[in-house]
Amino acid sequence: MKLHETASQTVGPYVHIGCMPNAIGLHDVYPEDLGARMRGESTEGQKITIEGIIRDGAGAPLTDALVEIWQADARGRYGADGSGFTGWGRAAADAQSGVWRFETIKPGAVEAMAPHITFWIAARGINMALHTRMYFPEDETLQASDPVLAGFVPAPRRNTLIAQKTADFMYQFNIHLQGSEETVFFDV
Amino acid sequence: MTDLKGGMIPRDWRHQPPAFTPDYKSSRLRSPKLPKLSMPSTPSEDSGPVFTREILGPLDDDLTLNHAAPGEMAIGPRIIVHGQVKDEMGRGVPGALLEIWQANAGGRYRHKNDGYLAPLDPNFGGCGRAITDDEGGYRFHTVLPGPYPWPNGANDWRPAHIHFSVFGQSFAQRLVTQMYFEGDPLIWRCPIVATIPDRAAIERLIAPLDMAATVPFDARAYRFDLLLRGRHASPFENRPEGL
Repeated sequence: MKLHETASQTVGPYVHIGCMPNAIGLHDVYPEDLGARMRGESTEGQKITIEGIIRDGAGAPLTDALVEIWQADARGRYGADGSGFTGWGRAAADAQSGVWRFETIKPGAVEAMAPHITFWIAARGINMALHTRMYFPEDETLQASDPVLAGFVPAPRRNTLIAQKTADFMYQFNIHLQGSEETVFFDV
Repeated sequence: MTDLKGGMIPRDWRHQPPAFTPDYKSSRLRSPKLPKLSMPSTPSEDSGPVFTREILGPLDDDLTLNHAAPGEMAIGPRIIVHGQVKDEMGRGVPGALLEIWQANAGGRYRHKNDGYLAPLDPNFGGCGRAITDDEGGYRFHTVLPGPYPWPNGANDWRPAHIHFSVFGQSFAQRLVTQMYFEGDPLIWRCPIVATIPDRAAIERLIAPLDMAATVPFDARAYRFDLLLRGRHASPFENRPEGL
């Protein structure tokens, strides 16, 4: 008999206590926050920085959000590779600006999917954490045959899943919970 | 274009809260307005991070001690919270990382944004973590958290609760929820609890007192099982569903 998935509840405003205590100055619990380091010195691939802001329906930044990402390595494989690369990162939005940031590497294509990073967003007011994806602006050709981006996302909304390049190896991926630029979120 | 196989069983949304729940005011501006795009899971969601016990400290699963000065303990009724992490097929999920956080016995969080009158307990940090055993079992020692008032309606109080964050084997199984305690009259008055439309789904978040697991003259026990989304049992069962 199939059982029922446990119902989700919001993480509330104090998610940092449990998930990123060091990020709010509680340095006496865990030696470091899980997910704070995604790559090692010998990790293969192009080092990149991704940052962004999550905005609510009034345009205000979410300053209490927790963001997690999950991605393949430079060769398109999932899982830790022994070099210090984990594929998984976690960041807290800055308490004033709402900016979150990841220092990672650019993932390779996974099967027919263009290089992308899975995002998971939790915050006060979000009853069930949101899944979305970030693609890279330079991969237009691969994206044209990406089974998710081209296969499921209506053309006018695809740009909400594509980061902007702001400098060499720097990407900005802003997420909009509501409004004319509402980001695509997945039921996956 | 590749045919997406979808390793995860599609989510059953009838037991999950919708995004827009106006009685919980914070959801009003933070709820996406457009429907989520349904798609079969891909290797990006079927896979997920793996956590090993090496990340755990010896007291990570004991909140009565993990922030206490030597020889001291957190103040409050001593409890054990234990249970099993399973998937929708009833299979235990070994190696699941559980992270919990909670208010202290007075209902105060150790967070710079929490200004409630109740005092902080210098011996209570309010967080812990554990990784499930081979059968999916876990156990925490902690103190009973207190209810507290919060700014939503004119006089809203959160029932006593413990926040749970769970990683299963797939990133698509990622779950965050809150555990409540049997008999708390605030549960059915709480706008956050009420975001869940299904009464049976709410009842599954209420941990019953578990006398069998209680340690006499030490700590009462509460049992809380967590159910994660199911994964298809074998590649042969992989079919795109709901397409």
